[in-house]
Amino acid sequence: MNSERRRFLGESGLMLATLGLVSSGFFNRARANSELWDSTAFGAEEIESAIKEIVGVDIFPHADVSIIAPEIAENGAVVPVGVEVAMPNISKIAILCEKNPHPLAALYDLSEGTVANIRTRIKMAETSRVVVIAKSGDKFYSADKLIKVTRGGCGG
Amino acid sequence: MSVSRWEKDMAAAMKVRAKISDDGITDVRILIRHDMETGLRKEKDGTLVPPHFIQNVMVKHQGRVVLTAQWGAAVSKNPYLNCQFLNGTVGDVVEVSWIDNKGQAESINTNIIV
Repeated sequence: MNSERRRFLGESGLMLATLGLVSSGFFNRARANSELWDSTAFGAEEIESAIKEIVGVDIFPHADVSIIAPEIAENGAVVPVGVEVAMPNISKIAILCEKNPHPLAALYDLSEGTVANIRTRIKMAETSRVVVIAKSGDKFYSADKLIKVTRGGCGG
Repeated sequence: MSVSRWEKDMAAAMKVRAKISDDGITDVRILIRHDMETGLRKEKDGTLVPPHFIQNVMVKHQGRVVLTAQWGAAVSKNPYLNCQFLNGTVGDVVEVSWIDNKGQAESINTNIIV
């Protein structure tokens, strides 16, 4: 763990918890890092395994979950993808692109008072189904949309 | 939105704007200058460009975390993130920080504007 990451941990408030673990002799660096970045979920090569890692339970398609994205993306390197959820208590939002080498693109944790309306731009290797998942309470809801890509965005 | 409304820093690779609207929602727009290399891209001579991408982004309002992001290499080059939160007031501090897989990091503070 380098100094920058240490600072980030400190800012996140996790450092206090980590320090407690250090002093009590139970510090596990791998575990601390995996809590910040889910290498298993991001490393998954199939969308099912990525979803399983994030969710672990069934997900339900729901009309209150919306994907704001174009039908056709001329440039797969920059595809605007927004997620809006018209449900209360959204604590997590995930964006996945089925045909990408690593389907999980982004995973967000929302606090109370954070609006369930997030926009990002992602790369798409080819025409693909994009899946978004939102956690409300202890349940996961999803929406998906096919986005046609005329020029792939992974370079090569 | 004009460029002058972005909070800018000469050395920064990040621009942040936090703007509150009449409905009380603070809209945060973040642009980060970063290559977001996937590790799958090849140079012309065939060598792979090693992965280099932002893994974590955090947005705080008055010291309180409102959003944390985990990103994969599939987030576009020069990433854009737009999020919104309630209970902001003009002048409040919004802090955005990121760290990438090589440990490079940046943090910026801005104030909520109308």
